[in-house]
Amino acid sequence: MNKVNTSRFKDKAFRRLGMVVTVSCLLILAVFVGFVLYMGLDRLSWEFLMSLPSRFADQSGIYTAWIGSIWVLVLTTLISFPLGVGAGIYLEEYGKKNKLATFLEINIANLAGVPSIIYGLLGLEVFVRIMQMGNSILAGALTLALLILPIIIVSTRESLRAVPSSIRDASNALGASKWQTIWNQVLPASFGGILTGVILALSRAVGETAPLIVVGALAYVPFAPRGPLDEFTVLPIQIFNWVSRPQHEFVINAAAAIIVLLLITFVMNGIAVYLRNRWQSKMKW
Amino acid sequence: MESETQNPNPKASKVETKPKMDSKDQSFKLQANNVDVFYGDFQAIKNISLDILERSITAFIGPSGCGKSTFLRLFNRMNDYIDGFHMEGEISLDKQDIYDPSIKVEELRKTVGMVFQKPNPFPKSIYENVAYGLRIQGIKDEDFIEKRVVESLKQATLFSEIKDDLDKQALALSGGQQQRLCIARALAVKPSVLLMDEPTSALDPISSGKIEDLVHELKKNYTIVIVTHNMQQAGRVSDNTAFLYMGELIEYGDTQKIFTNPEKDRTQNYITGRFG
Amino acid sequence: MRVKEKIIEKVLAACALVTVLTTLGIILILAVEAFVFFQDVSILEFLTSTQWTPLFTEKNYGILPLLSGTALTTLIAITVALPVGLTIAVYLNEYAHERVRKVLKPMLEILAVVPTVVYGFFALMIVTPFLKTFIPGLAGFNALSPGIVMGIMIIPFVSSLSEDALSSVPNSLRQASFGMGSTKFQTAFRVMVPAASSGIIVSAILAISRAIGETMIVAIAAGQQPRFTFDPTVPIETITAYIVQVSMGDVPYGSIAYKTIFAAGITLFIFTFILNNISYWIKTKYQEKYE
Repeated sequence: MNKVNTSRFKDKAFRRLGMVVTVSCLLILAVFVGFVLYMGLDRLSWEFLMSLPSRFADQSGIYTAWIGSIWVLVLTTLISFPLGVGAGIYLEEYGKKNKLATFLEINIANLAGVPSIIYGLLGLEVFVRIMQMGNSILAGALTLALLILPIIIVSTRESLRAVPSSIRDASNALGASKWQTIWNQVLPASFGGILTGVILALSRAVGETAPLIVVGALAYVPFAPRGPLDEFTVLPIQIFNWVSRPQHEFVINAAAAIIVLLLITFVMNGIAVYLRNRWQSKMKW
Repeated sequence: MESETQNPNPKASKVETKPKMDSKDQSFKLQANNVDVFYGDFQAIKNISLDILERSITAFIGPSGCGKSTFLRLFNRMNDYIDGFHMEGEISLDKQDIYDPSIKVEELRKTVGMVFQKPNPFPKSIYENVAYGLRIQGIKDEDFIEKRVVESLKQATLFSEIKDDLDKQALALSGGQQQRLCIARALAVKPSVLLMDEPTSALDPISSGKIEDLVHELKKNYTIVIVTHNMQQAGRVSDNTAFLYMGELIEYGDTQKIFTNPEKDRTQNYITGRFG
Repeated sequence: MRVKEKIIEKVLAACALVTVLTTLGIILILAVEAFVFFQDVSILEFLTSTQWTPLFTEKNYGILPLLSGTALTTLIAITVALPVGLTIAVYLNEYAHERVRKVLKPMLEILAVVPTVVYGFFALMIVTPFLKTFIPGLAGFNALSPGIVMGIMIIPFVSSLSEDALSSVPNSLRQASFGMGSTKFQTAFRVMVPAASSGIIVSAILAISRAIGETMIVAIAAGQQPRFTFDPTVPIETITAYIVQVSMGDVPYGSIAYKTIFAAGITLFIFTFILNNISYWIKTKYQEKYE
């Protein structure tokens, strides 16, 4: 084979390789998901969703877990949404290009890379011990809110940046104050993008396990929580607990709970992608 | 040319800043006095003084980067947002210094409206675009707002084309219509000055013609300052013309005179298309 | 009016300040608790002892076993994620048709949204039994299986960051290479990848940082036996898994076991902090180059 033929061969071979590798990754995912469905789908029932945890695998359900997850999700949203969007607006619209801004930017990039379990340690010390919230939903939600804050801030800033400056100019030139311009023009125009980022961040929070274990979410909670200061568990912790059991029946329970967790995660991501596409097509000026 | 740039005292070479006045007694609406503008270390405007007559059309011309847009945006303080912006000298509106700390920028901009290079309607309905300036002033009276919207659209000669589509998205309009909408939007807050930053540069010739007619019409009630790189346009619409070059005011005066018999060689060269 | 504007700005600034407080909080609590820990345990023992048995009667506080466990799983994960992620990035960016790309890319992103506890389940229930069929000596808990699964999880991370780096290379470079008669393969690996190298390095560093901090996969499938070894077939424990292990139990506040999780935490934080800053530094330098 001469040189030209060799390089042609390499070219073709790599195209094949790339295709095979990419598709293999998707196949592995399909196998994983298929396995979970095969294992857990039969266990999934109304009863499973509405039952309290039990020592007996076949009587156990995920009622306390998903109620706990919803509590955590709602509180996390209430805390992280205003904080993250507010910080994003400040950094993008008010921030000046100085050393402080650079520091804040590096700081946020750093926070985004801090392992989630470290946030757990922060929450354990600050919320559980110092603020004496105990192993409560509120302590867990605050911890997760801090964890996803960098994601929300970054996506908020990107969405704000996508609004053309001509819109800001037009509003300012009509005598609008800075905040009037942001509130009446910039935020409505960027809201789709901001919302997408928030939902993606929340879908991450729903699947988080480690930080909640560290702040003391329990593996076994006999009753569904009634308020933000109650003890709690969440779906991922319930799954972790069941996976760690030697009995096969509990592992089946874990598979069934995973189906529910995956469904929640995929639906949230689906909504986010849908919103993003709709927003992007609307954002064409 | 040589003598100009090498003059040791720049003030001495100050260009004649009073345009030849008509017999009617118009007063000066806008005045700039020894204005310097810096962006960081870069000096964008070099010691410009110039007075603008009430209810007249003044054109700023000059090659791109000469500072004409920067200069225009001083009159409604739109440069304030730019990083590193710094100004010296004085700019006044109706004899009042608009850079005085007691001046509220928002109030100033209600008096000095602006139309931009590229039509920039809000992604809202036509009606809401025009109503926006009133709503942010806290006006709630819907009848009043509607009256003003219609009136402004009529003034901008757009109403007849879109009177049935007031709820339609403004972004669905054609470029020329969008620009007239932007003019209507600026007029709705009843300014007395209208700044126009190359308002036709993004438009086709027919739409440009409509805007020029409109500008001419608006002169009856408004003081208009228009930045343009289109020499013919400046000649057609303006009463007075200022020629800027590299941040300096080279020549300012009656448009007819600037175009037919300029005092400075550089103006002559630019107008006849030898550079720029 | 002006007062309202000022108040709003202050409130927004306070929101931004939360991020600074978070960083300060993390550094402060880790430092304080670790300081208290090192009152009881000598730093020398912490850094050199090869035994980590704080929960046993005979206590040893050597971080090395946890470090080796973390290093081992991270190494396996990167060995999987880097070549695969890079191959996918080059394939999608240089070879795949726009239509194919638009379908495959979001599908790959799904890999990144699956919760880690689910990946832990996959590692324990699918990958370990599968690997056992050709590695008979493989223990039920081991470093290999969670390492591989962790690698799969961070593939989209590597591929999308590398792809961003590749697509930010000016198209003129690609044209120039084609113009000289290069094939796509030559263009990709002799022109595009070197030109995008800093971005690709950033993606690799961030992937390593991710793998070091990953918790649930190793907590579920790697075992809970701190062991100073680089044998991927036996049970080990990572720093993160140790913190989970202690947190699952009932550890009284102020006890030495309680303090160990902060000592482990600060070790973890230092590694990821350094990696994140290196990547940030490279990224800013690299952005300057192309703007």
